[in-house]
Amino acid sequence: MALVIEQLLNGVQLGLTLFLLSSGLTLVLGMMDTINLAQGSLYMLGAYFAATASASTGSFWVGVGGAVAATALVGLLLEVSLLRRLYATDHLTQVLATFALILVFNELVRMVWGPQALLVSVPPELARPVQILPGLAYSAYRLTIIAVAGLLAAGMFLFVHRTRLGMWVRAGASNRPMARAMGVPIQRVFTGVFVVSAALSAVAGALLGPIFAVQVGMGEEVLILAFVAIVIGGIGSVKGSLAGSLLVGIVDTAGRAFLPLLFGALFPPEVASNLGPTVASVLIYLLMAVVLFVRPQGLFPVHG
Amino acid sequence: MRQKVFAGVLVLVMCALAVGPAVSQGRSLKVGFVTTLSGGGAALGVDVLDGFQLALRHLGGRLGGLPVEVVTVDDQLNPDVARTAVERLLRRDRVDLLTGIIFSNVLLAVGDLIFSHGTFYISPNAGPSEYAGEQCNLHFLNVAWQNDNLHEAMGHYAQLKGYETAFILAPNYPAGRDALNGFKRFYKGRVVAEVYTRLGQLDYSAEIAQIRAARPRAVYAFYPGAMGVNFIKQYAEAGLMQQVQLLVPGFSADQDVIRAVGKPMVGVYNSSHWALELFNPINRRFVEDFRRTYGRIPTLYAAQGYDAALAMDHGLRAVGQDLSRKADFRKAILSGFDSTRGRVRFSKNGYPIQDYYLRQVVETPQGEIINRLRGVIFRAHKDAYVSRCNLP
Repeated sequence: MALVIEQLLNGVQLGLTLFLLSSGLTLVLGMMDTINLAQGSLYMLGAYFAATASASTGSFWVGVGGAVAATALVGLLLEVSLLRRLYATDHLTQVLATFALILVFNELVRMVWGPQALLVSVPPELARPVQILPGLAYSAYRLTIIAVAGLLAAGMFLFVHRTRLGMWVRAGASNRPMARAMGVPIQRVFTGVFVVSAALSAVAGALLGPIFAVQVGMGEEVLILAFVAIVIGGIGSVKGSLAGSLLVGIVDTAGRAFLPLLFGALFPPEVASNLGPTVASVLIYLLMAVVLFVRPQGLFPVHG
Repeated sequence: MRQKVFAGVLVLVMCALAVGPAVSQGRSLKVGFVTTLSGGGAALGVDVLDGFQLALRHLGGRLGGLPVEVVTVDDQLNPDVARTAVERLLRRDRVDLLTGIIFSNVLLAVGDLIFSHGTFYISPNAGPSEYAGEQCNLHFLNVAWQNDNLHEAMGHYAQLKGYETAFILAPNYPAGRDALNGFKRFYKGRVVAEVYTRLGQLDYSAEIAQIRAARPRAVYAFYPGAMGVNFIKQYAEAGLMQQVQLLVPGFSADQDVIRAVGKPMVGVYNSSHWALELFNPINRRFVEDFRRTYGRIPTLYAAQGYDAALAMDHGLRAVGQDLSRKADFRKAILSGFDSTRGRVRFSKNGYPIQDYYLRQVVETPQGEIINRLRGVIFRAHKDAYVSRCNLP
């Protein structure tokens, strides 16, 4: 039982941090019909900014704050200078242009910080286990991540679903020409959304830095997961991206934890030790295929 | 990088000026150095390369008396990138010798290419079981160990300590499988779980939860580079250090990991074929000069890079700089050369016959965290596959 709860917490932690990335991705895709592969690069920049800022100030949380501010600024510059010109183009052009951005950012980071991974430490006051249930100690840092990402997710959710600005965002995501006709300043709303999504990516990068290693190319790995999450959830829907992210996080963790046990019971050890890790690594893609088969628009479709 | 190349060129020019006509006839040696210099395995590649360069400096910029040019390529821990790089090194740069690869999956992707081209590969690290048994090759030598060896030593140690149950983990790639096979060859207790994770995985929360639930007496984890750093940090943060004995090979407890993990490493036992305080003149000079040159304590990887250069030097001297005398070149190295571990001999498959030590991570009174030699686990240990190798 303790094992199941612990794995669930691991899954929720991964899912919530994934949501910080996928919420921005889904709004950009839903509102402006723009595929932004460079979202992963903003996540990477956030992690590098946080690592540098916390190393020079000595405080992890100052580092996180600095990273959010700096990455939001990069996001703003990116939107104003380049992305704005891509809205009207077709998807292939957007993919090419934002993929080029990935290469540019990776090379820039390599030039500034060098090719070796930066190793960031968990803040010392959180580098210990906390007893959350009898017989179940859980890393304090991971609990903090769950809390921070959970609060941000709740805030994002309330903002999109309970405020006038959020209503404009939803209107833009579900039908852009109509929203514009009704007087929603789509362009400015969108610039705001993009900056916020850059900031949230930076939070994800900064928080996950100490769990992963801060290295060139870290964005691509997590970007793929984020795309799977928004496709499962339904493109353009914040609710969907939250559900998709949590699902991906939990299924991925559960797959790694329980599939090898399951196969161990069914097959001889040599087969099981080969099959377990292989199936676990493709499990979320299987999940995506099944969801798309049953509900081609994702779990929470926005376009009527 | 450019500075290093420039320095290298400068050394070559000075050599040419100093020695005069003898060298200006153009005889020189090109070494292709393919290694991992970016991402989570970069610290390993950098150490092997730095060790190799230090040996070259100690040998006066020459191997077997020939001036050396080193062509370095980053394989990015990507077999495809490595294949392209090796093809270019063999065909365009026409290198005379190849070395440097850290990861076995990378080596296995380029081995055929190198061997069929008739070029020697002197491995400073990757030692896959494939090249130790049926697929052993005249052109392959490993100066470090066969992949299983350090894990065999730790398995033997776990057996001696009498841990009844063990939870064992490794990345899912050839050396990971070799590692756990090696451990199980000597550990006779019950293996409660054998877990293979994705190569390069950095979040071990799911595996750590499994360990906590399984309550084994000992955990054996083979995670090199950033994987090791993250696994051990997360193991400590989960509070398992005090509950379950963590056993690791030297790869997961050397300076690259210690630098990043810090205090939680103190006390960890690990196995190695090399140690800082091995008592021989070559090792003393290597350790002192490495610290002076690079400002950090050398790892076993650095010692392996250093030894790869010494092996090349020894072989080239024996054949009078003539690499076409392949059998003689190979025989000279196999019969033994003086390394950072003293005189090291080899089996017919090109893997070492050597001692394996137990080390423990300690904090010195000066506040440095380093490995101390604690004893010998195996003496003159051979790999398990040599009988299947058909080379003479």
